Formats: sequence, C-alpha cells, structure tokens
Amino acid sequence: MQTEIIIAGFGGQGVMFIGQVLAYAAMDKGKQVTWMPSYGPEMRGGTANCIVVIADEEIGSPLVENPPASIVMNLPSLDKYEPLIKPGGVLIVNASMVDRAAQRDDITTILIPANDIAEEIGDKRLANMVATGALLGCLDIMTVKDLEAALEAHMPGRHKHLLPKNFEALRKGTEFAKQAIKK
Amino acid sequence: MTRELWKGNEAIAEAAVRVGLEGYFGYPITPQNEILEWLSQRMPEVGRAFVQAESELGAINMVYGAACTGARVMTSSSSPGISLMQEGISYIAGTELPVVLIDVMRGGPGLGNIAPSQGDYSQICHGGGHGDYHPIVLAPASIQEAVDLVPLAFDLAEKYLNIAVILIDGSIGQMMEPVELPEMRPVVRKDYPWATNGAIGRKRRVLSSIYLEVSIEEEVNLRLLKRWEEIQKNEIRFKEYYLDDAEIAVIGFGTSGRVALSAVRAARSQGIKVGLFRPISVSPFPARQVAELAGRVKSILVVEMNAGQMLKDVQLAVGDRAPLEFYGRLGGVVPFPNEILGEIQRIAKQPPSLDGNPTQRWLARMTTPKK
Repeated sequence: MQTEIIIAGFGGQGVMFIGQVLAYAAMDKGKQVTWMPSYGPEMRGGTANCIVVIADEEIGSPLVENPPASIVMNLPSLDKYEPLIKPGGVLIVNASMVDRAAQRDDITTILIPANDIAEEIGDKRLANMVATGALLGCLDIMTVKDLEAALEAHMPGRHKHLLPKNFEALRKGTEFAKQAIKK
Repeated sequence: MTRELWKGNEAIAEAAVRVGLEGYFGYPITPQNEILEWLSQRMPEVGRAFVQAESELGAINMVYGAACTGARVMTSSSSPGISLMQEGISYIAGTELPVVLIDVMRGGPGLGNIAPSQGDYSQICHGGGHGDYHPIVLAPASIQEAVDLVPLAFDLAEKYLNIAVILIDGSIGQMMEPVELPEMRPVVRKDYPWATNGAIGRKRRVLSSIYLEVSIEEEVNLRLLKRWEEIQKNEIRFKEYYLDDAEIAVIGFGTSGRVALSAVRAARSQGIKVGLFRPISVSPFPARQVAELAGRVKSILVVEMNAGQMLKDVQLAVGDRAPLEFYGRLGGVVPFPNEILGEIQRIAKQPPSLDGNPTQRWLARMTTPKK
C-alpha cells in the first residue's frame, strides 16, 4: 500500500507544516514516509509545495507525477494540480482563496472555506489544519486521532497551548468533508 | 532507538557529531546549507570546532590542516563549491590523510541551479583534482542509508588514509524521512604515527604532498595504488531488488536508483521480469558484481540524473555480456517513475542490440520531438 499527497499554496499558508504533520503521524504509525519540499527559488515569495509519500514498504520515488490526493490552498495551486490528480483521487480546495469551480468530474473534490472556518475558530492561521482535517475525512490512511497524537508528540512545548484549537480545526475540517461527500 | 523525522542535511550533520566529528570547516552553498547551519550550533555546544571559512578554498585547506593533527574532520559543499575544492582534495590525497567530504549535488554545469542532480559522478569518482588518486565514494539513496554511511565514511577514511565522499543530491539533502541516528559516542583521538599534533619530547614530523625526488613520488603513487587495490577488494557495497529471476536489470545509484525502484515495482506488477541493482559504493565500483549480473540477464538499463557518467563504469564492467540502454535526465530534472517504466516496457517489447551506442540512442530519443 502506498499513498501520495501533494500539498500546495502560498508561502506562509502552512503547507510545509501540513506535510510534516502527516509525515510525523505516518511515522508514529510505523509506516515508511518521505516528505519532499519544493526548495527552489519558487519558495522565496511564490508558491510552495511538498509531497508526502506514505507506504508499508521501502519507498522508491519521493516525487510523484499523478498523486491520488492533494490539498491546494490557493488558485495557482488548483490550476497546477487539479489536472494531475489520479482519476478516482481526492482534491481538497481552500475555497476561501479560490474563485472558480472545480473542473474534474472523475475525482472527489471538496471545496472547503478553510480560512473562514479557521477564523470562526479564532485564528486564520488554522486554515491549513482545517484543510488537513478535510483530507482525512476523505482518505482512509489516518484518522484525526492519529494526527492529534502526532501534534501532541512533536509540537515544541512552547506551542502546546495551541493544540486545542488545532484539534478543533482538524475536526471541523473532517466534519465538513464528510457532510460534503454525503450530499 | 526510536525513529525520528529528520531532514537529510541535518541528519548527516548530526550523525557526524555523534560519531566524534572534531572539526568542521565549510562555506555556504545551496542545497547543503543546513549542514553548516546545524553544525554552527551543534559543534560549539559540544565544545568542538566549527569554522565558516572565507571561501571553499579556505574551507578545504582548513580541513587539510586539521586532518594533519589526526582529528576527525569533515567538510561539505555542493557542485560548484566542490569544483573549487579540487586542488585541496588532490593535496589531501597526496598527503595521505583521512578526510570526509559531503557533496550535495545540484544542476550544472556552471552555476547551474539548486535542483537535484548527479552531474558530479565523474568529477568525484574519477578525479577532478590532479594526479593518480581514488576517493572512496558512497552514494546513499535514503536518509537512513546516508546516516549509516557517515560512521563508515570516517572509518574507511581513517583505515585507508583516504578521502571518503558521501555523494548525495539536493533531494536527499532537503527531504525528510524517519531515521534512527547513532548513539552519541565520546571523541576518540587516534594516536597516528604520522600526526602533527605537537612535537614536545619527540622527533618532528612533517606532512606534505610535495616529493621533489621523482623516485620517491613514484613510491607514494604506488603505495596509494596498492591501498586502492585493498579498498577495491574489501569495500564494495550495493543493494539488489527483485533480481532473482530478472531478465532486465536496471542499474541506478542514489536518487535515480530509488526512483527506478518504483518503476521496477510497477513493471513487475505488469508481469515484466525486471530487477534493480543499486551500487552504494560507486568508487570502488561493483564491477565484478555488475559483470556477473550482465551474464544472467538479457539486457541492462542504466538510469542516472546526468548524461551517462556511471554508464561508462557499467560499460567497462559489462563489455559485450549484455546489451545496454541508458536513460538520463539533466540539469536538475529528477525523473518520474513513469518515465523509467516506459523505458523498461520498451526494452521488454524489443530488447536492445549489442551494436551501436546507448548514449547516442538515448540522446536521439531525448531530442526527437514527441508526437
């Protein structure tokens, strides 16, 4: 079993962190995992992305062309990655930052207003965790509980007071995605 | 030990600290800056030497000087910086000193870019600096393997009084994977009979790479070559995947090797009998093992992130035992598994011929516009 996830957005939206939290959670579950960031000039002020590969056996390529899952936090990332998702895959779109509808009908697309939900919780910087929660609502690889445990275990002590709101963001994202799938 | 998530560059740096690195001298260049960054904090913390030199030339010559004292020392850089270090590398080889060098390769030639590449293979394995010397070159494909090769690189360098290089590319430097790091060990300074570590109460020692008497310089050269023979005999390392019943063997090192692993698995799932041979020591090159492999497969595909630099070592080993094909991506492009899968499928359908030149065939495919 192998799952690949591309997470993309503007620098500062926390896309690298989403990938790291997924990687930590996968590692803690005893999986093999790679986290590959874009580190080129594009990360200096433009879009940032990272690719997470989670597998049961030794991972080959840390890069993937057609991932089965992706979180896109802004419009340039939607434009870039929507055509690349594997048919049958999952695309989480931060609808707060995107003003167009999804174009693919052969994948599950969740348009989630991640910034708005984050602001309701009290901090717009939680948009990345809202989107991550939405991904978990659509994928069977890990549960919200796994991610909460990873955040608890690996966040530095000085950030521990932020955990409850991060948990809330994950849960709200998951609930939103599950409702959206039902419709 | 528990598994921790580490960035490649930082994991290599921390592994070096834990196995007794006493002095690091370097100069910043992407994509290996995290090695300096990590060591600039860690080395003073444990009371050891970290120097950010004024240039790569400064760094390599500081390593040269520090190695003369018998201390465990290291430097690191990326392709253009490694080019600048070549004079010092040759001097270190000529003085027969143990030094570990990390090369985190990037796209080139020239200033190139900071993307992952394997374009330094020939420069690192087959010279770069002047004169007859052979560095030991280890090419890990994952962060765990890189971490495991750090103590080995020091041990080999010190055993054979040779330069040992860990050759990775920007992707291994920048990515994160779970790793188990070595335990923190105390620094053990070896009592080398040649070390220039203070001559109070004993005869002065002199270390140099200058031998104006040509017959003595020839002796030094022969000694280096005899030692290299020992290294070739004892220090071959490689990993095999799915080769037992393979009719096609893919050969790739480092990142191109691990990308090829994905392609090999995909091809296997389509019923193609293909396996992967991944050299870990690229110098000494596992020539005998590759020759044996060539004797039992129908064809070989070499995959690299350069224009076929390791291919030449494979060709030397294989001779006419098996037909070869080559697939390379250049200038900082990392191949996707599908590209290599396409090559495997093509070879499975129509096995290549012993005639002609695999590099020319590849170049023709690369430069012919796709329909």
